[in-house]
Amino acid sequence: MSAGRLRVEWSPGSDRLTGICHCGARCTAEDPAAVWAWLLSHPDHDAS
Amino acid sequence: MAIARNQWYVAAYSEEVGEGLLARTICGEPLVMYRTGAGEAVALADRCVHRRFPLSRSNRDGDRIVCGYHGFTYAPDGACVAVPGQTRIPRTARVPAYQVVEQDSLVWVWIGDGTGDAAAIPRAPWLTSPDYVTVRGMEPLAARYELLVDNLLDLSHETYLHAGYIGTPEVAQTPITTEVDDEAGIVYVSRRMKDVECPPFYATSTGIEGRIDRWQDIEYHPPCFYLLHSRIAPTGVEPGPDGDDPRAFHVEVGYAIVPETDTTTHDFWWVARDFALDDADVSRFLHDSNRTVVLQDVEALDVLEKVIAAEPAGYQELSINIDTGGLAARRVLQRLTGAR
Repeated sequence: MSAGRLRVEWSPGSDRLTGICHCGARCTAEDPAAVWAWLLSHPDHDAS
Repeated sequence: MAIARNQWYVAAYSEEVGEGLLARTICGEPLVMYRTGAGEAVALADRCVHRRFPLSRSNRDGDRIVCGYHGFTYAPDGACVAVPGQTRIPRTARVPAYQVVEQDSLVWVWIGDGTGDAAAIPRAPWLTSPDYVTVRGMEPLAARYELLVDNLLDLSHETYLHAGYIGTPEVAQTPITTEVDDEAGIVYVSRRMKDVECPPFYATSTGIEGRIDRWQDIEYHPPCFYLLHSRIAPTGVEPGPDGDDPRAFHVEVGYAIVPETDTTTHDFWWVARDFALDDADVSRFLHDSNRTVVLQDVEALDVLEKVIAAEPAGYQELSINIDTGGLAARRVLQRLTGAR
């Protein structure tokens, strides 16, 4: 993924969202607001 | 949320700006637009500096506007060049002239201070490409622009609001992928549907009778520019490795979501296609169908604006997976407006 890109994937067949930061860190959650908050906390990502 | 300033906004389609004096309010600023004899689009503040009379209700004298109330006369750069009954023109006799860029058959204006970077204006090359035919229009929306942004970033609403036109059950059922380019401030939302029902909008215009693969790839350039790259193909037909895709139908849907005031919006829309280029019936069908779809959104959002205006402050919305793109768009808009 290019620098500065934040990505959220919604897994088919699931309610889970996966957030992927431009630094490569990942999180999963079921709430898009929580995923964006996690992505925007870069570089201080909480474990998720 | 406030309206973002120091931004480019679409103010008109090129064909709207001509001999006449076109009045249009953009971001709360009343403009008058016209085209000079040399073909340049001009946008001036639509208020005579003397007694506020709208210049759009006035008259042209060549490339100049003569105020219809007392005759103050303005050049295309906004400078007053004549006043009635005296030779001295007051030093402050000038109306603001807006920076205008015309490209891809759209007239953009810079709303803000200083000079905008014309290179930052997003492109829509389909609108003037000989490989595409475009139908388009503009509808007034009695609702804040953020509601239309929300609407267009989450196309799952097609299933419910636009059933029988562009909505099928699979739209709402198919997961999306959302990406934000934080440096460029662009939001991408992608929904790739395989082996799904073909809605009437595409079945009638393309002639496809069976099931389809349907791609909806959104590209939102806040604050006002929205592109939906739509690909329709018989199920199983894939693009070639070099991107060549002759068996698919490509429809470039676009919107310019332009605030008129805090609670009203210009809803510019277009549909550009790379098939049936000479077929007037397809053009008519796509125009009428898409306008119907836009008006379905307008009706819903007009209602929503009234609901919001009447509710007490602090209403807590609920967001789910389908809102991932809309939430991303809100964040970028908040950054542009300086809102929290």
